[in-house]
Amino acid sequence: MSSSNAAPLKPVKSTGLHIGDAAPGVAKVDPIIIADNVTRQFGGLKAVDVEHLEIPRNAITALIGPNGAGKTTLFNLLTGFDKPDTGTWVFDGKQLNGVPAFKVARMGQVRTFQLTKALGLLTVLENMKLGSQKQKGEGIFASLIKPLWNKQEEEIEERALDILARFKLDTKKDDFAASLSGGQRKLLEMARALMSQPKLVMLDEPMAGVNPALTQSLLEHILDLKVQGMSVLFVEHDMQMVRHIADWVVVMAEGRVVAEGPPEDVMQNPAVIDAYLGSHQDVDLGVVTGRIAGEITSEVEDLLEEIDAETGVEHEIEQPPVVAPEKDEDSK
Amino acid sequence: MDWGSILSNTASWLISPETIAYALAALGLAVHFGYGGLLNFGMAAFMALGAYGYAISILTFGLPWWAGIIVGCLASVVFALILGIPTLRLRADYLAITTIAAAEIVRLLFTTQVFDSVTNSADGLGNYHAGFRAANPFPEGTYGFGPWTYNENGWWVRIFGICLLAVAALLVWLLMRSPWGRVLKGIREDEDAVRALGKNVFAYKMQALMVGGVFGALGGVVFALPSAVVPSVYVTSLTFFIWTILLLGGAATVFGPLLGAVIFWVIMGFLSNVLPALASSGFLPFMSTTQAATLRYILVGLALMLIVIFRPQGILGNKKELTFVK
Repeated sequence: MSSSNAAPLKPVKSTGLHIGDAAPGVAKVDPIIIADNVTRQFGGLKAVDVEHLEIPRNAITALIGPNGAGKTTLFNLLTGFDKPDTGTWVFDGKQLNGVPAFKVARMGQVRTFQLTKALGLLTVLENMKLGSQKQKGEGIFASLIKPLWNKQEEEIEERALDILARFKLDTKKDDFAASLSGGQRKLLEMARALMSQPKLVMLDEPMAGVNPALTQSLLEHILDLKVQGMSVLFVEHDMQMVRHIADWVVVMAEGRVVAEGPPEDVMQNPAVIDAYLGSHQDVDLGVVTGRIAGEITSEVEDLLEEIDAETGVEHEIEQPPVVAPEKDEDSK
Repeated sequence: MDWGSILSNTASWLISPETIAYALAALGLAVHFGYGGLLNFGMAAFMALGAYGYAISILTFGLPWWAGIIVGCLASVVFALILGIPTLRLRADYLAITTIAAAEIVRLLFTTQVFDSVTNSADGLGNYHAGFRAANPFPEGTYGFGPWTYNENGWWVRIFGICLLAVAALLVWLLMRSPWGRVLKGIREDEDAVRALGKNVFAYKMQALMVGGVFGALGGVVFALPSAVVPSVYVTSLTFFIWTILLLGGAATVFGPLLGAVIFWVIMGFLSNVLPALASSGFLPFMSTTQAATLRYILVGLALMLIVIFRPQGILGNKKELTFVK
């Protein structure tokens, strides 16, 4: 995996994507998706409630937010894997609500899944070939006559090997996908999505469970997508990565879009810090609870005061409560 | 004990019409389950539709024998549509529940008195052989050697059945090496992933259900060719015999169902001869000869369990490619 000696790609940030102030629902210069009034209710819970959202074209957009913010649900809705209660959205000038998932993919909007869906008992190469669109041999009658699809099959194989080489999976082409590591499966899923030559690639937590060495190469692949003229929308929890590669950040909380903007600005936004990072993201909680010896900074004192005020319990910083570990043992 | 007759009776099962019929149905099930991941527990209904389609076309509508076969296949395609439209959009388990119920419905429709004039209800249909036998290219006489000695009609049924089986196996092989087969195997693994790649998963599952169903219907036809069509044959246990054959041979293979059918019937034939013989010579105390003959079904159940536990990929299967329990 680490055989590449090339210096990490310096991300070139796209700017000037929006028109007017960067507020939730701001218009984009060249949107690839325009969504309006998208809602999805699960029982009493409104999982997604997006009034207006535009995703910029040929840019990398990050969708962030705490767990349960509705990011994946929004993904499922936009890709046709789930049906919204209300709402309309347009992808690349085409109305997309109510269109089944496979047609969405055919229009050039492909997705990956949070829980990787490598087709385990197909080989890596078969996985790749499956991603290619408009295959003649996929019709039941044409499939019986090999000369009809043989040439196309060879072209597809060539393209698949090319992409596999870029993702450094070419040596594994004949292995079953089930034998790949978790990170390699993520790479395979992304590579497979590229086989369909999409316009918009939607990645649901591409970095989840991937080791740091592979993270770097995944990041480069995502940046490379933009270089090749694709748009990217991804869900991610790793702030470092969002800062590093995203051109635009959309923040969701409780189903709504609470903030949008370039990553540097969004990270400063108090609404975001509150909703996503918590208001004390700089404080080491280990120090606060006393499990780890550390400098008691003014922020730690502030936080402790806040906790005391909320719980009404007095804490001595020097003698931290030792209730928690005991309770832990009890519960075992 | 007369070992000579026991072994001779056993050997005759090697190319019996039953063996060929079960192999065809198991091949259909391989398309459904082995390649497509569709849990079809209603293979008996597809076979019944093939057999009744054939017999009724000839007896009631006076069609030629080959048209009867086509009608049987069309009936199974229609049945696949009726089954598939409501269930294929749902998870695999729903298809399993629906097919097992639908197969019983089909059998009961053929058994009921209401359609007695066409189906002859529980007594079943017979005497539709004239057309098929008239097309027999073999001159009258007895051919073969040892346990495989049959008259011209016996050979005609067997050779016709083997030809059908060969064509069906060739079709499955052609389909599964193609991009169509690749999509189908992808659906077996994870249909959402395949959907996300722009494939119409529902259409592929429906096509697979139809193709496998037609093979099942052809199995039913071959089963009906030499004898009669009796509704009590097409019970749920028939479906599970087909499943046993499929899992024995290897679910995601072309030749597995063929090998499975041969092994299954040879063992069944052997047990049906040897167990009563053992009982009558006193080797199986507490058991009458009739009880001993039924013992083989218990052994089949036991065998099915052992296969699933110890060799889920079957005899010919690749353990990496398909295991029964994922």
